[in-house]
Amino acid sequence: MSKLRVGTTSLAGCFGCHMSFLDMDERIVGLLEHIEFTRSPINDIKHCEPCDIGLIEGGLCNADNVHVLQEFRENCKILIAVGACAINGGVPAMRNHFTLKQCLEEAFIDGIGVDNPHIPNDVEIPLLLSKVHPIHEVVKVDYYLPGCPPPADAFVKILTDLLEGREPSLPNEMLHYD
Amino acid sequence: MTSSYQLNHSDHLLHVLFDEQQKSLHISDAAINSIAAQLNLPRAQVESVLEFYSFFHRDLRGRFDILFSNCTSCGDLELMHQLCERLHVEAGKTRADGLVSIDQTSCIGMCDQGASMLVNGLTITSLSGEIIDHMAGLIESETPISQWPATWFRIGNNIRKEGLLLASSFKPGAALKSMAKRSSDEILEEITASGLKGRGGAGFATGMKWQFCRDAQSDNRYVICNADEGEPGTFKDRILLNSHADAVFEGMTICGSVIGAKQGYLYLRGEYRYMLEPLKNTLQQRREEGLLGSDILGLGFDFDIEIVIGAGAYICGEESALIESIEEKPGIPRIRPPFPVTQGLWGKPTVVNNVETLVAAARIVLHGHHWFEASGTWQSKGSKLLSVSGDCARPGIYEYAFGTTVQKILDDAGAENVQAVQVGGPAGRLIAAKHFNHCIAFEDIATGGSFMIFDESRDLLEIIHNFARFFAHESCGFCTPCRVGTTLLKNGMHKLCGGHATAHDLDEMKCTAAMVSRRSHCGLGMTAPNPIRDGLNYFPHLFEARLLHQEMEPEFNLDASLEEARKLTHRDDAEAHL
Repeated sequence: MSKLRVGTTSLAGCFGCHMSFLDMDERIVGLLEHIEFTRSPINDIKHCEPCDIGLIEGGLCNADNVHVLQEFRENCKILIAVGACAINGGVPAMRNHFTLKQCLEEAFIDGIGVDNPHIPNDVEIPLLLSKVHPIHEVVKVDYYLPGCPPPADAFVKILTDLLEGREPSLPNEMLHYD
Repeated sequence: MTSSYQLNHSDHLLHVLFDEQQKSLHISDAAINSIAAQLNLPRAQVESVLEFYSFFHRDLRGRFDILFSNCTSCGDLELMHQLCERLHVEAGKTRADGLVSIDQTSCIGMCDQGASMLVNGLTITSLSGEIIDHMAGLIESETPISQWPATWFRIGNNIRKEGLLLASSFKPGAALKSMAKRSSDEILEEITASGLKGRGGAGFATGMKWQFCRDAQSDNRYVICNADEGEPGTFKDRILLNSHADAVFEGMTICGSVIGAKQGYLYLRGEYRYMLEPLKNTLQQRREEGLLGSDILGLGFDFDIEIVIGAGAYICGEESALIESIEEKPGIPRIRPPFPVTQGLWGKPTVVNNVETLVAAARIVLHGHHWFEASGTWQSKGSKLLSVSGDCARPGIYEYAFGTTVQKILDDAGAENVQAVQVGGPAGRLIAAKHFNHCIAFEDIATGGSFMIFDESRDLLEIIHNFARFFAHESCGFCTPCRVGTTLLKNGMHKLCGGHATAHDLDEMKCTAAMVSRRSHCGLGMTAPNPIRDGLNYFPHLFEARLLHQEMEPEFNLDASLEEARKLTHRDDAEAHL
C-alpha cells in the first residue's frame, strides 16, 4: 500500500502545534512507515502538491495566509484545523479588539524606541487583514484538533484513525485541559 | 439569620441608576463611587449592574435619548433613519452638541400600536413620517417633552375580544372579601382544582407552585409578579396592568395569604415606565381601603407590594434572573434546582407568577373553580389572552378559551394571505399554513401570548434574521453555548439573507442550532434557535432558494478586509488584493 501524503503548515501561529506533533517522539518512526510529508516546515518544501491530509496550524492574519490556506484546500483531500489559533483565531486574534491602525501605529510609530517611524509598505510584505480569522471562515474544514497545543497523543490518534479508515474521534481525556 | 430585607423603592440600585442616567445623561466613575457609598454596595456590583442593563450608559447620551423598537411588529427602522437624517446624527452615537442620541431597542410591547419608540424612557406610538418630521423640529428647538403633543403618548388598549377574564367586572377587594369564611387550605384547593397553569409560557400548575412554596421550611416567603413582558409581540400584560391592576394586586395578595408571605414585588419592565405612577396610585388606594397593609380586611394577615422597575433586559423575564434583578444584581439566571419555590428571593421560598396567572387566580377565588374549568380543554383550563399583531386588519388583545384554532384567530383578526404565524414570540413556534388547524393549548401549541402574523408579502428569512439578532443581543453572556452560539446563528442568517450562503453553511447552522438548544444554561438559549429550526423544517424552499451553488463561500469579503491595510500603506499593487 502506498503511503498517505501529509502536508503541514503554520499560518498565524507560533509553531507550538508543530512542536507538540514532534512530541510523539519515537512513535514518529512507526508513523513514517505509513505517511510521508509533502510541504511542511519539517522538510522545508515550499509548495503543496496533491496530498491526502493537510494539517493547518494558526489562523489567518494576512493575505499570504489566505493564499497558503487556499493552496492547501485545493490540494488536500482532508483538511484538519489544528490548535486554538486555527480553530478560533487564538492569541493573534487578541488584536481584534483594536483597529488595524491602532495596532500598526503602536508597533511602528508610537512605540518606545522606534527608529524612523513609518508603517512598512514594501510590496514584499503581505498586507494584514483588518481582523484575524479562524480558517473555517474561508475554506471548508473537515476535522478539528483542539488544544493549545493539541497533545502529541491527539495527533497520533487522529492520524491513526484516518490511516485505519475510521471517522476520527478524540476521547474526552484528550479534550480536557484542566 | 432572620430575613428582614425590606427594599425601599427609591433606594433600589436599578432606580438610583435610572435617576442618575436621567439627570447626568450617563453614569460617570464618580457617580458609581457615590452610588456605591450611598447604597452601601460594592463598587463592582454597581458597575456590573450598570454594564448589564441596556438603559444605562457610561458614555454621554443626548438630552433627548431616543430608542426605536426593532421588533417586526412595533418597529420601523426606516423612521429611525429618517429622524437620524433630519437631525444629522448617526444611530448609536450622541450628536456632538449633546442634544440627541438615537438607537435601537428590542420590542417595547406596542405591537398593536404601529411603529413605536421610547424618548427619555417614555413611550410614543403610531409613528409616521410626518410625526418624525414634526418631532425633529421639536428636538432641534429643545422643546421639553412635556410640551410635545399629548396625543403622541396616548396608548390604546385595543381589546378586540373579551372572554372569561376580560368580560367579567371586578370590584377591588371582592375576591379578598370572599375569603373571609374560608381557610387558606380551601383557597389553595380552589386554585388547584381549577387546573390553572402559569400563563407566562411554561405552564407550571399554579396550585402546585403555591403548595410547594407554602410547604418549604422558612421564616419568610415572597410573592413576585412577573411583569417583565419582554417576548417580542407580547403586550397582554400591558392591558392587564393598565385596566385590571386591582385584580393583579389582589391575586398577589391572595397568594401572599395562602403561602404566608408578607411582602410582594411587581417587577415591571423598564419599557412600561409610563405605567409606574398609575400603578403606584392603585397600590396607595388599596392601602387606604385596607386591601394592603396590616390586618387586611380584618382577615388577620399583613401584606404589602413594592414595584421594582427593570432597565431593558429581556432575560429578566426568566424567573431566577428576575429575582437576581430584584436583588440589585445583573439578571443572570441561577442554576436550578433549587427552584424559587424553595430558595428564591434572598434565599427564601418565593412564588413567581405571570400577571395573567394572578388575575386568573383572583377571579377563581371569587367565582369558584367550576366557573374557570368550564372553559378550555381537558388539559388546558380557562382562557388565554393573545396579543395579536403583524399583518392583519385588527391587531389587539383577543381572549379565547383554550382549544381555539389558529385559523379562527386569523379570521377574527382579519388576516389574509397568511404565510406564517409566530406563536409565543421568537422563543415559541413558527407555524406554516398546514398547521393553522392546530389549537392554542398547552397540549398543542403552547404560548405566553404572542401571536405575530406574517403575510405573503413578507420576507420570512429577514424575519428570522431579525429574531436571530434579537437573541444575540439579549443573551446575558453567562454561558458560552448561548453567548457565542446566538451570535454564530445571527451571522449565519446575515450571510444567508445577503445571498452569500452555501449548503455547507446551512449544515453548519443546523449543527450550531442543535448545540445551542441542547447546551445552554437557561431557557433563552434553549429556545433561541427555534425560529431557524422551524424555518428550516417548514420553509426549507425559502432557505434553498437563497443559496449559492458552490462548495464554500468565505464568511467575509477577503478583498475588502485588506482595504484598511491598503489605506495605511498606500499600496494598490497586485499583491495588495485578494
